[in-house]
Amino acid sequence: MSAQGNILVRMQGVKFQFDDKVVLKGVDFSVSAGEVLVIMGLSGCGKSTLLGILLGLLKADGGSVCFGDKEVTQLTRRELNEVRTHIGMVYQDAALVSSMSVKENIALPLSELSHKTAEEIDDIVNQKLELVGLKDVIDKLPSELSGGMQKRVGLARALALEPKLVLFDEPTAGLDPINSRLIDDLIIGLRDRQKITSVVVTHEMGSAFAVATRMAFLHEGKIILEGSPDDFRSSENPIVRDFLSDYSKKRKNELT
Amino acid sequence: MDERKDSKKRSRLIAKLGFYSSTVLRELSSMVWMGRDTVSEIVDRLTLRLPPFRLEHFFYQANRVGVGSVPMLVLLSVFVGLTMALLTGYQLKGFGMVTLVPAVVSVSFTREMGSLFTGIVLASRIGAAYTAELGAMTAGGEVDAIEGMGIGARRYLVTPRFLAIFFLTPCLTVIAVISGILGAAFISNLMLQLSYSYFFDQVMTNFLVKDAMAGIVKSFLFGAIIGVISCYKGLSVKGGAMGVGVATTSSVVLSISSVIACDSLCNIFIVTFFP
Repeated sequence: MSAQGNILVRMQGVKFQFDDKVVLKGVDFSVSAGEVLVIMGLSGCGKSTLLGILLGLLKADGGSVCFGDKEVTQLTRRELNEVRTHIGMVYQDAALVSSMSVKENIALPLSELSHKTAEEIDDIVNQKLELVGLKDVIDKLPSELSGGMQKRVGLARALALEPKLVLFDEPTAGLDPINSRLIDDLIIGLRDRQKITSVVVTHEMGSAFAVATRMAFLHEGKIILEGSPDDFRSSENPIVRDFLSDYSKKRKNELT
Repeated sequence: MDERKDSKKRSRLIAKLGFYSSTVLRELSSMVWMGRDTVSEIVDRLTLRLPPFRLEHFFYQANRVGVGSVPMLVLLSVFVGLTMALLTGYQLKGFGMVTLVPAVVSVSFTREMGSLFTGIVLASRIGAAYTAELGAMTAGGEVDAIEGMGIGARRYLVTPRFLAIFFLTPCLTVIAVISGILGAAFISNLMLQLSYSYFFDQVMTNFLVKDAMAGIVKSFLFGAIIGVISCYKGLSVKGGAMGVGVATTSSVVLSISSVIACDSLCNIFIVTFFP
């Protein structure tokens, strides 16, 4: 089950519940440096909750969450904020600050958390916008952008501080196929060219198989399968097979 | 049968009282925690040699709170001063004591009305705006995104807003006092035949530093109350657009009630200890 190489993230026996509803019943997984772990599962199964726990936005009711050699659940606020500067998060609905322009949004972590000058910040903003292919929207407000563009700006913001780990919460949900592929290509580019470690939460099978180096399936609060994309394709697990069957049908239709 | 009904009613009343008291205590403790978190985030920033908040954010908020509120506050204070002078004047005329109007207006505005009306105007104008914008940011996931970057959402969002309303409320109180007295002077000259020079002479004669201090100290408290309540209500929004509406209404109601309650308590304290 465990990954090879330098382990960047390790979750062990993570439990979480909202009021009376038990969401996670003991989740175990690890992410090695340089890999893209895709976590799949049905809507509402707790995939996004996992990311919230990893980022320290939600407090686990039990278990251990390690980022590098730091136990996230035991950190003080100051230490947690320090850890967060090494993790970039791309939110499902982008979560850009609506009153700020694209430039201000990307510059926000830099101006708040680094000692960089205004010129240096401008350079980084331009560089990140170029990376996501959106240099011409620098002065626009988030409300003036399409959903796909907002997500790409969200990615540029997440990358501003050169994080060790990027978390993607449903990066392609609600996007058309072209924009979905664009986001997938960006994740693949980060993986192959910049060797950035990512955790992608999605239930879009096309995206999942396109970007993953490893996959995990979350069901009823537990990881029921973890392995390579090929392991998933050949899995005999009825829940996973059921989940993947729709995707296989779509793929067949596309090919024919 | 009646006894059983009475005891049921009594237990229901006690349950309701218990529920409301626990809600009030929970809200109060959450506000204290928000304040504590904000201060601890500021201290963290200072130890990292980073500025606790951006000055341009403070000036932007100060401009909104201060300059933006002046027209409404001046208008309200002038009309309240005018009405107060007119009504007291007509009552005092019957006793041949119309000359006391400047003293009454001066004392009541410096000590009471100036700070109270500023508090009410700011609670409805700025408190509502703070809650609505922070609420929309919370509901849209923006606050979580800021927190997730390690910026410290409370420090980043609450500090400039709180400081702006805390420091600008006393300034606006001074403007409200002057406007109220000017309104009273105008109507006294027009309807009560009191000359401007006599009116302002009397205002200055009856002006006590003690009264002015009472008004200013209260206005600092009102600013703090409105700042804490409105930011807390905004950051604790649940349930999307409807939640923002509910929080904004609740913020305005709670801010105005708290300002008035604080004013009464301050008056009792001042009258008791500084008669």
